Amino acid sequence: MTPLATTSQPRVGPGFRLQWEAAQDCHVLLYPEGMVKLNGSAGQIMQRCDGERSVAAIVAELEQVFSAQGLEADVLAFVRLAADKRWLVWA
Amino acid sequence: MTAHTVGPPLWLLAELTYRCPLHCVFCYNPVDFAQTQNELGTDDWLRVLREGRELGAVQCGLSGGEPLQRDDLEIIVAEAQRLGYYTNLLTSGVGLTEERAAALKSAGLDHVQLSFQDSTREMNDFLSHTKTFELKNRVAAIIKSQGWPMVMNVVIHRMNIDHVDRIIEMAAEMGAEYLELANTQYYSWAYLNRDQLLPTREQLRRAEASTAQWRERLGDRMRIFFVAPDYHDGRPKKCVNGWGSMFLNVTPDGTALPCHTAKMLPGLAFPNVREHSLREIWFDSEGFNRYRGTGWMKEPCVSCDQREVDLGGCRCQAYMLAQDPAAADPVCSKSPQHHLVVAAVARAEAQAPGPVRTEHPLLFRDPANSRRLAPI
Repeated sequence: MTPLATTSQPRVGPGFRLQWEAAQDCHVLLYPEGMVKLNGSAGQIMQRCDGERSVAAIVAELEQVFSAQGLEADVLAFVRLAADKRWLVWA
Repeated sequence: MTAHTVGPPLWLLAELTYRCPLHCVFCYNPVDFAQTQNELGTDDWLRVLREGRELGAVQCGLSGGEPLQRDDLEIIVAEAQRLGYYTNLLTSGVGLTEERAAALKSAGLDHVQLSFQDSTREMNDFLSHTKTFELKNRVAAIIKSQGWPMVMNVVIHRMNIDHVDRIIEMAAEMGAEYLELANTQYYSWAYLNRDQLLPTREQLRRAEASTAQWRERLGDRMRIFFVAPDYHDGRPKKCVNGWGSMFLNVTPDGTALPCHTAKMLPGLAFPNVREHSLREIWFDSEGFNRYRGTGWMKEPCVSCDQREVDLGGCRCQAYMLAQDPAAADPVCSKSPQHHLVVAAVARAEAQAPGPVRTEHPLLFRDPANSRRLAPI
């Protein structure tokens, strides 16, 4: 995997599945024999990680949807953490 | 305890059959498994899956016995996938042909846990037995070619623990993402064979040292879990993360259990999915409520500062070793019966390295032994 950049196009890692879970009232990430409950912002980021949107595009979209600015550092930090846990991968 | 404080059964384990081509001496299936004749049919399983999902279950384990013995496995996987479960096939690999793997993949199977075990009676040749290795190699390649994440599970005991180094190397060669080195838990067949299976402390120490070296060498390539044995630890485990807290097991004949082995407990009726909905079973049945939380505890658990951490350990182990399912788990150093566990480990220590000589031979899990040990 190349170093993380704003041009990286992350997607959910192999073996993981992201879905909205009504019983938990949050997005969850399922993997062999386990589940991670995602908080609101993690869920918002992860559901946009489709392998096509770049990090920059995800940031722009989130800033628009939540009428916020300066989210890039937070998104990069989360994507990096998620990659450490293999939740996200990119080329 | 009232229903609204009880969370969902996140983990639904469907033990589809007790039929199995293997005869593992550490199998946790009940010793009387051969008495089970009437397996649930396909429609029953599909209903159980739907009811579990409605309760909030997300993980579906398909186990046994050997689940590949069921020829409706693909139908069950497809429905589990459609309902939104993450589907886990727990298999020995026996019967996982390329055709079957492709069918399971298109049914949506998410993950395969491949177990290594002593599939032959040549226990000491475990690691060099060519037939087993060819099979596992072939199956591992099939799993990889379907793009499934591969978890390898090896049950560790006195007779294979000295080969942990080789086992890890082999798992890495086969491309496993995760390797579970699970020390034997002493229930059912493993309990009958306990004296032959308990490792020494020195064996454990060496195995853990090997594991640590390999973790360093492999880094993120393969994650290795070493499940420590509670007999040597002096610390009880929070069994199934708490009785009736997230785990729901349905046995081949439809009996619903809060853990794999709870059926052994006396004076406790467990409901059957043929007669009750999973909702009734999970929230209202005596079987699932009896040991929920901490209300059932007595001394030394009830006043122990660890009671919320380990929930008193395992009820089955308390019953097997202290003849009281509400006792502290005797693996705990605070248990009045802890000396029994200490004595079992001491017997393992006193034996020379290698196979243990005992009065009875190793008991293999097979229908003949089952019928002999547990006549109807």
